[in-house]
Amino acid sequence: MSEFLPSNVLYIDLSKHLYRIKNREELFKEYIGGTGVATQLLLEECEKGCDPLGPGNVIVFAVGPLTNLYPMASKTVTMFKSPHTGNLGESHAGGRSAVAIRSAGYGAIVIKGVSESPVYLAIHEDEVFFRDAAAYWGMDSAQTVGRVIRENEPGSGMRTIMRIGKAGENLVTYANLVTETYRHFGRLGLGAVFGSKKLKAVLVSGRKTTPVADKKLYRELYETLYNQQTKSSALRKYHDLGTASNILVLNELKGLPTRNVKQSSFEGAEEISGENLAEKYLGRRVACAHCPVACIHLATLREPYIDEPYFYKTTWVPYDYELLYALGCMLGVSSVDGVLKLIDEVENWGLDAMSTGVVLAWATEAVEKNLVTKEETLGLEPKWGDHETYLKMIELVVEQPNEFYKQLAKGVERAAKKYGGQEFALAMGGNEMPGYHTGPAAYVGFYTGARHSHLDSAGYSVDQKAVGKSEELTPEKIADKLFKEESWRQILSSLVVCFFARGVYTPETVAKTLKTVELDFSEEQLIEKGEKILREKYRFKLREGFNFEDLRIPQRILETESPHKIIKKETIEEAIKLYADKLKPQK
Amino acid sequence: MVKRLSVVDSERCTGCQLCMFNCSRRFGVGGLGKSTIHVKSAGGVERGFVVVVCRACEDPAPCARVCPVDALQSRNGYGVTLNRDRCIGCRMCVEACPIGAVFWDEENNKPAICVYCGVCAKYCPHSVIALEEIKTGSEVT
Repeated sequence: MSEFLPSNVLYIDLSKHLYRIKNREELFKEYIGGTGVATQLLLEECEKGCDPLGPGNVIVFAVGPLTNLYPMASKTVTMFKSPHTGNLGESHAGGRSAVAIRSAGYGAIVIKGVSESPVYLAIHEDEVFFRDAAAYWGMDSAQTVGRVIRENEPGSGMRTIMRIGKAGENLVTYANLVTETYRHFGRLGLGAVFGSKKLKAVLVSGRKTTPVADKKLYRELYETLYNQQTKSSALRKYHDLGTASNILVLNELKGLPTRNVKQSSFEGAEEISGENLAEKYLGRRVACAHCPVACIHLATLREPYIDEPYFYKTTWVPYDYELLYALGCMLGVSSVDGVLKLIDEVENWGLDAMSTGVVLAWATEAVEKNLVTKEETLGLEPKWGDHETYLKMIELVVEQPNEFYKQLAKGVERAAKKYGGQEFALAMGGNEMPGYHTGPAAYVGFYTGARHSHLDSAGYSVDQKAVGKSEELTPEKIADKLFKEESWRQILSSLVVCFFARGVYTPETVAKTLKTVELDFSEEQLIEKGEKILREKYRFKLREGFNFEDLRIPQRILETESPHKIIKKETIEEAIKLYADKLKPQK
Repeated sequence: MVKRLSVVDSERCTGCQLCMFNCSRRFGVGGLGKSTIHVKSAGGVERGFVVVVCRACEDPAPCARVCPVDALQSRNGYGVTLNRDRCIGCRMCVEACPIGAVFWDEENNKPAICVYCGVCAKYCPHSVIALEEIKTGSEVT
């Protein structure tokens, strides 16, 4: 048995409050870890056709063989059946989660069943405690939950505390799971799956060290990777302004989704730019475990208390490009305080920021077009830029006092089905769009990516690189590039390497690092394996009823100018078809 | 000249724990379990970080004073070195350290004692910690 792979899988049954540990070395040898292994565990454990919010659904956490060993291999992959799309749910986050899981002695954790009453799990290496979470249920802020657990459990500095907010308890289908206050398993509704299982939080702690097979090679590779990560220019943009630097870049290109993509540039872009935030608001930068980059940018928001003069509170608010897009330009909000308040609000409730922003953008337009009445909005009249009304609406989405807000809590796809306005309901594959109106490749990526995320295949990058070039972005080229990228990213997310480090974890380097844990794959084998893992993910999607022909293309994205002018529907459709062909089993 | 670690500015700490990973890595393993330095949040990431390093106390150091088998010996008057063969794993040194800078290597059941090599400072990307020379008795002005 290999001592170098994180082969132990912890199985937890919430219905019976039981757990067991099983060695699954064969899975890690074949599928490496992370996404590769989690896909198999999902295929094994998630009941076919189950209700995502019922007992048949499972939650899988997986880390990789490089976690603990090399810098920037500290992501955790979660998999579940998504209550948002009714299909594959996959979400990644860093913080201390991956290091804690591996240091506790595990490569993966599978949580199934439903607890009778609220619990949180405290996993301290080989011991699992099912702690009563009645006192935590209904707390207003996910941050408070973290704070209280922090005070009541051991393992400070050697643990992760992953928890949901009220949005998860109330089964908002795009509720997220928060870890270490500022990192999120953001997309596709893992928070609601937690809520449906009456699971408030999972704490994991451990101090186990991780051996390597070849100490000399390990030392050499570590040195190389560390130097590349700290000195190379490839990672510069994540260090300095962070991803927020995209605001001005995309605005200039006319690829910045604004006011529900009625526009592709924003007159308030300077205000909410990474440059402006860094200059006036950036208060601290923090990092995930074992990462020299420290891309997590925290802004300070200073607010006076109305009831007591000279009383202020200062809140640390994390910002990234996607949040500034979704709760800034997408809603026409140019006030930085306004955007930061909105971010803080979704943080406290435990909502996915991107879906929340797109839902509110759709609602604003639906009100504009009289598709919904004032009665339905409970008297609120959302208007572009009016963050105060949006703050009130977010609370109502979480509380769901009437049918309208119940629908908003299920995302734009379902809300638009009921109230109309599908032509401006900006979800692709059921998932609200990320912040890239950059051209056809971005959208093809949202549709074909296994989790309908911009991070699946980075189509926005294909678009941006092609701007101003004579070479045309044909459907063939788009499908080809995206398929290659998504396939390779399966290897990165199976290693649980942060995508920001993709430039340094090249196929050559990955093959070498795997040798230090006795996994021997050539570069070609790795590339093939990436394709295989992608097909396995699609095996789950197809099993659960995914069909490329069901994809809906909202008219709005075909009307607003992009860096590639007006995007043609045929280009998107043709590229999707070609992509689907590539996914078919190869002879 | 005797050296020790110094926390130059904990406000620059991002909580990446590269110091801890690299301290453990001296033994050719990954993870945090052999680290002789500790970084934890100051009550949540939003409040910044606490960095705990051995201060290399002047002889007799509190940890050495309580060791029942003299496994901890003074290092040229400042800080201590561990004689692993003598250590019985009683954890008295952990209890005795007034700043909590004696950690525990669970896998060997022995204390993890800083050797003041500076590898943690070398891999700190944000210059939070540094190796400094101790100004001994006569040098202090």
